[in-house]
Amino acid sequence: MDMLKKFAGSSLFLPVVALLVLLVFNTIFVDGFLSIQLTEDGRLYGRLVDILNRSCSLIILALGMTFVIATSGIDISVGAVVAISAAVVCTMIGGRGDGVAQMPMALAVLAAIGVGVLCGMWNGLLVAKFKIQAVVATLILMTAGRGVAQLMTEGQIITVYYKPFEYIAGFLPGMPLPTNIFIALAMVLLVAVLMKKTSIGLFVQSVGINATAARYAGINVTLVIFLVYAFSGLCAGVSGLIESSLIRAADANNAGLNMEMDAILAVALGGTLLSGGKFYIGGSVIGAITIQTLTTTMYALGVSADQLPVVKAIAVVIICLIQSKKAQEMFDAWKARRMSKQNGKKTSVDGKVAEQA
Amino acid sequence: MKKIIALLLAAAMMVVAAGCGGEQSASSGSGSGSGGKQITMGFSQIGAESEWRTANTESIKQAAKDAGINLQFSDAQQKQENQIKAIRSFIAQGVDIIAFVPIVETGWDTVLKEAKDAKIPVIVVDRDVKVSDDSLYVAKIGTDSVKEGNNVFKWIDEYMAKEKKTPRDGGSQYNVVVLEGTVGSSVAIRRQEGFKDAMAKSANAGKYNLLASQTGEFTRQKGQEVMESFLKSYGPKIDILFAHNDDMALGAIQAIEKAGLKPGKDITIISIDGVKGMFQAMIDGKANCTVECNPLQGPLLMETAKKILAGEKVEKLVYVDEGVFPADVAAKTLPERKY
Repeated sequence: MDMLKKFAGSSLFLPVVALLVLLVFNTIFVDGFLSIQLTEDGRLYGRLVDILNRSCSLIILALGMTFVIATSGIDISVGAVVAISAAVVCTMIGGRGDGVAQMPMALAVLAAIGVGVLCGMWNGLLVAKFKIQAVVATLILMTAGRGVAQLMTEGQIITVYYKPFEYIAGFLPGMPLPTNIFIALAMVLLVAVLMKKTSIGLFVQSVGINATAARYAGINVTLVIFLVYAFSGLCAGVSGLIESSLIRAADANNAGLNMEMDAILAVALGGTLLSGGKFYIGGSVIGAITIQTLTTTMYALGVSADQLPVVKAIAVVIICLIQSKKAQEMFDAWKARRMSKQNGKKTSVDGKVAEQA
Repeated sequence: MKKIIALLLAAAMMVVAAGCGGEQSASSGSGSGSGGKQITMGFSQIGAESEWRTANTESIKQAAKDAGINLQFSDAQQKQENQIKAIRSFIAQGVDIIAFVPIVETGWDTVLKEAKDAKIPVIVVDRDVKVSDDSLYVAKIGTDSVKEGNNVFKWIDEYMAKEKKTPRDGGSQYNVVVLEGTVGSSVAIRRQEGFKDAMAKSANAGKYNLLASQTGEFTRQKGQEVMESFLKSYGPKIDILFAHNDDMALGAIQAIEKAGLKPGKDITIISIDGVKGMFQAMIDGKANCTVECNPLQGPLLMETAKKILAGEKVEKLVYVDEGVFPADVAAKTLPERKY
């Protein structure tokens, strides 16, 4: 009971509740939502695996975005960087029909991540060194980045037939879960350990709360801001690998399209304030999974295509309301009023009160 | 000798004069044209955003050469103002006929009125325009999305009968799932309409059940994600997949494989467009058919232009022929494909 109380007070509580509400809803309304089967070749198969598989790239993006937002910045270029990274890896491996790689895959993967980091460093340079507003600075790459990706792929969709490429977001032989879930897990763990064992988290947080004070306290603010954007670029690079491996192709027009908005939403759902300061890595991860669960729910319920955005918007509003402190206070006040009214009347509505409680 | 040099110079000057609009096609006509007056056509292309568009451009250039028409080609680089400028310059040059691929539907009234006042007929190619007065253009040449949808159903019906396939769930109806294009796009609406119409009118309508239809936004990623969900919901039931474009089908194929089913065998797959990737998938036995959306509109354009200038009456809407390519011809057709 004590543990439950402690959990109820923790920052993760509300995001987890929102996700649980969705999962419970799905369990009731979607047939076989929780069922997971083991296929003949030892892979797990089910909607839950799909959700995790598809939310990986968003989790990784949200990871980078959390730090950026914690320094009271924002990075809206990540979607375009995903497209660039996808273009790099696919053009390097090449689209040969006979399944031969033009260049070693390891090299292509490193190059894609490297390009992601470079993009992030460019953003960091503009924001940290030249003090350009984060939205404006990253807007540059957001609009130009997709063009760069187009240029690399020459406007075509490059399909990769080289078999090992699909392992990044697919199943390694004999593994029960797709590789990208392990990649995401490793990155989350790495960040968690860094937070626990070093004071990086504290630096980022103090820059977000008050950059001037942080500087007087001896923190190299410029370097911290530069690094968070570079890290966000790294995350986008990894994300691009996963996204392109999922479809085994680089689609410069559509890879990572609108993902920056989903990443920001994931961070917000996770309880991190967009004004910066305190941040919650765990919350962002849960937020990303929540967003993907929502999408999967819509498809599973068969919501028709033209109504999809509206239903999704309503669901997001409800999730945000569940997490809003103000809405909760209002709900509590309403409940208290109702209770006192009923107690005052002293009529035979005990059953109803019990039901309410 | 002097004459030849003069001719060459004249030809070179023409190229320079007309070349400011962008790429210039090699016009072979000027020297050889002996009989009759040579036709000059001003043509404004959108740009080169895809393989499909490139094939479209090549077809028009080649057809002009074959028909002995002098083509003034202008590349608008994805901008309407460039197209309007090009059309104005065609009018100023006094070309015989103007053709263009409108980048957007609206905003053409003024410039088309100018062409009409100059008594130059206009042909709209490939895409639609919305103008207040339909007489501003003489003809529209393009692809027929409704018919593409029709063809999809016709092919499915024939194929199912020919292969004597039985519904996988053991019932009496084949279950169909559809991956739709972007919500609200005219192509998606018309392809779906054509498909449903053909199904409703068919004698075998009772044999098919439209199980689910969801948008995959014309992309591989979404096609894959939506198909994944279809498979979880109706896995053992799905007999047929119809995707509004090839890319979504290619994404869906990967999802079907992941589910441990055989695309092309367990689930019959048909889509529209006819891009190379789809032909490759058919050769690998993972897809069954693609209905072409034909970019090779050049020959029909030149033919129509000649008819108009000869004073013959032409239909307001002229559609290009579009093929249906089942898997058994894929290997033979792929090397000939131009896009």
